[in-house]
Amino acid sequence: MSEAIDRHVAPKVDRTKRRVLPEGVFAWMLVAPALFFIILIVAWPLVETIRLSFTDARLGGENYVGFENYNDLFTDRRFHATIVRTFYWMFLSVGLKLVLGLIGATLLNAAIPGKGLFRVLVMPPWVIPIAIGCMGWLWLYNGYFGLLSGMAQKTGLTDAPFEFLAHKTSAFYSAIVTDVWVGTPMVTLFLLAAMQGVSRDLYEAAWVDGAGRWYRFRRITLPQIMPVLVSMALLSAIWTFNSFEIIWILTQGGPRGATTTLIVDTYKVAIGNYKFGEGAARAVVIVTLLAIFSLVYLFFLNKVNKRFGGK
Amino acid sequence: MMDRYTLLQKIGLYAAIAVFLTFVLLPLFEMFMTSLRPTEHLFRSPYVFWSKDFSFDAYSKMWETVPLLGRYIWNSVYIASMVTGITMIFVIPAAYAFARLEFPFKTATLGLFLGVNMFTGAVLLIPLYRVLRTLGLLNTYWAMIVPGVAFLIPTGIWLLRTYLEKIPRELEEAAYVDGATRMYTLRRVVIPLAVPGLIVVGVSVFIGAYAQQFLFAITFNQVRELQPLPAGLYEFIGYQSVTWNEMMAAALVGVLPVMGIFLFLQKYLVAGLTAGAVKE
Repeated sequence: MSEAIDRHVAPKVDRTKRRVLPEGVFAWMLVAPALFFIILIVAWPLVETIRLSFTDARLGGENYVGFENYNDLFTDRRFHATIVRTFYWMFLSVGLKLVLGLIGATLLNAAIPGKGLFRVLVMPPWVIPIAIGCMGWLWLYNGYFGLLSGMAQKTGLTDAPFEFLAHKTSAFYSAIVTDVWVGTPMVTLFLLAAMQGVSRDLYEAAWVDGAGRWYRFRRITLPQIMPVLVSMALLSAIWTFNSFEIIWILTQGGPRGATTTLIVDTYKVAIGNYKFGEGAARAVVIVTLLAIFSLVYLFFLNKVNKRFGGK
Repeated sequence: MMDRYTLLQKIGLYAAIAVFLTFVLLPLFEMFMTSLRPTEHLFRSPYVFWSKDFSFDAYSKMWETVPLLGRYIWNSVYIASMVTGITMIFVIPAAYAFARLEFPFKTATLGLFLGVNMFTGAVLLIPLYRVLRTLGLLNTYWAMIVPGVAFLIPTGIWLLRTYLEKIPRELEEAAYVDGATRMYTLRRVVIPLAVPGLIVVGVSVFIGAYAQQFLFAITFNQVRELQPLPAGLYEFIGYQSVTWNEMMAAALVGVLPVMGIFLFLQKYLVAGLTAGAVKE
């Protein structure tokens, strides 16, 4: 190996006058371009969002209005309902993704013929663009011509065509199912990866001691993959909270606001109606809620870890 | 021995996997079946699954119904490739710095990058719209490329950093002893060794870039000729008479590039993600 490097490196360098950059300077040279880009496209717009939230900015111009946008939001009943709906959406969807992901990962982790193929087959919803998958679901949910309504009629669940996306309750849960469908493969894959990282020695020792499968799962697999599981839960929660495309393509937030989450509401106000100031206030509320949620989550995580002596 | 299953357990496992995969694949399977159904069959209520006259007609007719389909697919591939290339240019040096070097504010900077994951583009659309307008990028490819890059840099750094940490340090030290400069070591020693990792991260970024083209496209670009596939097709969904078989055919043909890359490299991809996920 080192010979190969000698051949590559040695002849080109003059050893007599050599100046090596200090490590810190070199490192910053490497990081700076990416950092600059992120600041321009993410950090600065974030600051700008906060500033805009105190104005009545529209297409024409903007005036400082103080806390007016926030006052409007906090007294708006419909906005309260949207916040509650968004958290309900997040908890339900993330819960389902984690449960299904855990089940899926356990199944795919089983040492049976065909597991390689099954692992590949799980991934398409993750690989194809979300918007494309949602167009498929849109057709599935179609009341007159879609598969789901057709099956429901055949099995006698309903006797008339059922438009999944036209009723408030069913539209909400249909959107959840699609969101779970989009998110589950990735959770499955990461949990599977974590399960494969668990040392076989642990299982063998337990097996020799006569521990059954369920016991091994509960006492070895679960605690061992816990770090990945909890970080998946947080990431997944943030993405689900911010999930836009799925709802937009399926229902655009309707019917009558039943699937309007905070992010959809923000988009409608800011981009749909060009009320930049009011939209920015909503965006700030989203960021604040997510930050609080993350901090609370990490705080309790720390406590739980301490209590149970985890890592 | 430990992994032995009784016959009953095996049946149970396969049955459970079948149910799981049905949930995952049913929509895609139905999309494919829909693309094969002739239009008369499609609008038959109640729903009938089987048709005697399945055909691939939709795959030729879709080019007339969606005249810009070829363009949309090309745009998708072009935007995703540009995003991937530019992201990698930013990610490779930064990931190396985080993997190997010590520098002031290292943890804080890494935290800042990962914090970007907290936002999706949707939260920042308003000022982003203004930034792009100021830079004169609205309604160009760049309006979709620039934000795409920004939101993929953090994931890229995270994945590549884990990979780089596994390359033995000795090789770099050997180069250093031989008098190579830092930059030379990075270019001629580290990058060649990291090629497999670069492929994994590159493919992940490409898939991400292909997947996230919808929001930025419908918000920052009004030029039809520049729309990527998801945004281009979405325009047709609102029409009175959507020819769903052709829509599905177009969608499936449109995801072929990314599916092809995925199937070709899935082994490395799974292995790479696995490595990244277990580490921390």
